[in-house]
Amino acid sequence: MKSKDTKLILEITDLHASVEDQPILKGVNLKIHAGEIHAIMGRNGSGKSTLSKVIAGHPAYNVTSGSVQFQNEDLLALEPEERARAGVFLGFQYPIEIPGVSNLEFLRVASNSRREKLGKEELDTFAFEELVEERMKLVQMNPAFLERSVNEGFSGGEKKRNEILQMALLEPVMAILDETDSGLDIDALRIVASGVKTLAKPNTATLLITHYQRLLNEITPDFVHVMSAGQILRTGGRELAIELEKSGYDWIDNKEGQTEGT
Amino acid sequence: MTSQNQVGEIVSQPYKYGFFTDIETEKISKGLNEDVIRLISKKKKEPQFLLDFRLKAYNQWLKMKEPNWAQLGYPAINYQDIIYYAAPKSDEKKKSLDEVDPKLLETFDKLGIPLSEQKRLSNVAVDAVFDSVSIATTYKEKLAEEGVIFCSITEAVNDHPELIEKYLGTVVPINDNYFASLNSAVFSDGSFVFIPKGINCPMELSSYFRINSGDIGQFERTLIIAEEGSSVSYLEGCTAPMFDTNTLHAAVVELIALDDSAIKYSTVQNWYAGNEKGIGGIYNFVTKRGQCRGRKSKISWSQVETGSAITWKYPSCILQGDGSVGEFYSVALTNNLQKADTGTKMIHVGANTRSTIVSKGISAGSSSNSYRGLVQMGPKASGARNYSQCDSMLIGDNAAANTYPYIRSQQPLANIEHEASTCKISEDQLFYLQSRGIAFEEAVSMMVSGFCRDVFNQLPMEFAAEADKLLALKLEGSVG
Repeated sequence: MKSKDTKLILEITDLHASVEDQPILKGVNLKIHAGEIHAIMGRNGSGKSTLSKVIAGHPAYNVTSGSVQFQNEDLLALEPEERARAGVFLGFQYPIEIPGVSNLEFLRVASNSRREKLGKEELDTFAFEELVEERMKLVQMNPAFLERSVNEGFSGGEKKRNEILQMALLEPVMAILDETDSGLDIDALRIVASGVKTLAKPNTATLLITHYQRLLNEITPDFVHVMSAGQILRTGGRELAIELEKSGYDWIDNKEGQTEGT
Repeated sequence: MTSQNQVGEIVSQPYKYGFFTDIETEKISKGLNEDVIRLISKKKKEPQFLLDFRLKAYNQWLKMKEPNWAQLGYPAINYQDIIYYAAPKSDEKKKSLDEVDPKLLETFDKLGIPLSEQKRLSNVAVDAVFDSVSIATTYKEKLAEEGVIFCSITEAVNDHPELIEKYLGTVVPINDNYFASLNSAVFSDGSFVFIPKGINCPMELSSYFRINSGDIGQFERTLIIAEEGSSVSYLEGCTAPMFDTNTLHAAVVELIALDDSAIKYSTVQNWYAGNEKGIGGIYNFVTKRGQCRGRKSKISWSQVETGSAITWKYPSCILQGDGSVGEFYSVALTNNLQKADTGTKMIHVGANTRSTIVSKGISAGSSSNSYRGLVQMGPKASGARNYSQCDSMLIGDNAAANTYPYIRSQQPLANIEHEASTCKISEDQLFYLQSRGIAFEEAVSMMVSGFCRDVFNQLPMEFAAEADKLLALKLEGSVG
């Protein structure tokens, strides 16, 4: 495990959130430091995806209490686009199709919005094309995908590669990947995982949300958290994921109440 | 607050062109009768045949009933409460722009249509129409070198009466419909274009219509003739000040394409739409029709309709010549309480005629947006083809979109295809774009302009960007 002296990037304190008055998160606590890779595991409906959407600012979710600090800033006070510009990235479990909007133009506008925040110069279409084609190599994506509408008609694997491409362009400080492994065959999983590993830097942090252990065979997490019923019930190292794989989630439910901080 | 509500809010952007020019205007008194028509004709020093044309149309109009089949619904119009002619004082057409009232030049400057020698657009000739009269036409001499006539219809009546007599009312007859008959009786000004045989018009032609007075009706008349083997691209734009009363605008546009000629007619319509409570705004009842008289001739309509309280408009093509081509590309955006009932008619008469219809309707607020179109294959239209695509986008929960396609075929060897779709900007799509750093308003406008791309691609280069900006403006605003 890494030193606790490194910079604190994300601090979630007693977070409660609901959707349509239905409480989903019931007191989540989590601290993530620079250079760390965290994984949250849990069965369907445990609140893992909700947590990622609340962090990114999805309007359907209401935060009822608690706080989220991102690099000492109140993240919950920011609009979703401001969070993205500040360096929070959410890789979607089901990337959304946007007919009519060209993928290239979308990537360019997104990238420029983050570049502006970082004090980098805005890229025109030509300069951007050079950058994006170089970044596409990271996920072995065909430049033909730039000409198409955002995610429209992409296969599951192509959509996930497009997500990692966006991450490569936005260079986030805090990357949250929601079920990025779902729907990928083993080759695509390796490509996506290697992209994520390449993008993880000592001054950034990664949070993987996953159902299965197999992504964690490719990307070794420093911490594994187990979520159930809207709370993080257990936190451990890599070995916790392996234990889960062996014994299933019932094993956690039986040991309920043993929450540990990091 | 959900983002669907936010989308609804941001489409309410104050109207940019709502200013009023304080200029001395000569108006005739309200109301309509034969004397008024004689007065208009006299003011314009028209030949007898035109006065006869007007009076015949007026007498037809008296026998007609206002149509009510469109999906519109509006309070009855009192036709005796309208002024049928208004013009800036000293309406004598000036020889040079230096003599035009600076206030008028300034008005067009403010509208982004600079007319003066130094500032005017380099490759676009402009005819500027203020209330009932044309105040200036640029590049007339340069166009004349190629034999192209581009002037106000009033000038054309004086300088080329034989062309007017030959073509006026031959595509839209004086008894065509209620509003066309009214226009034929009282039309004031508009543009006239004549492209002689074999000439490709060397620049874009453009008319800019500005309504300034509140209580007048605007009845412009446009006539475009493309002779054999010629081609022209023409664009019209329109705006009006904000008044809390409704202003009637009933225009007629006639296009005539002879053998192997091509006319491209584009419209960016941004009349005042009324406020968010539906008070004020232009009633826009327009008859636009083109006739492909010659073989292998082509008429293409593109329109971006964003303004007016009510829009009633069906730019159509009569495909008479064998192998002639008709096209209709439309974007109609309605917001607040705006109502639009718009579409096209493709009348296939000749053999192997082809038509394409692409219509994109965007409805926001509590507006209603209908596509109404007719595709007709006549008995001689063997091998004719039509493809229609009608897409609607709904923004918010209170807007309505309707599609009324009418298809009639008397020809077993004709091919007709129709596709339609309706979509809604979803919260998840907006969130996806936002989560990549794209601001809410920009996300909406990206999606809307993506939705309209097929149509924008058809606009002349200079105006495609303008149309995109116009939609973005309409969709921009105070998002909290």
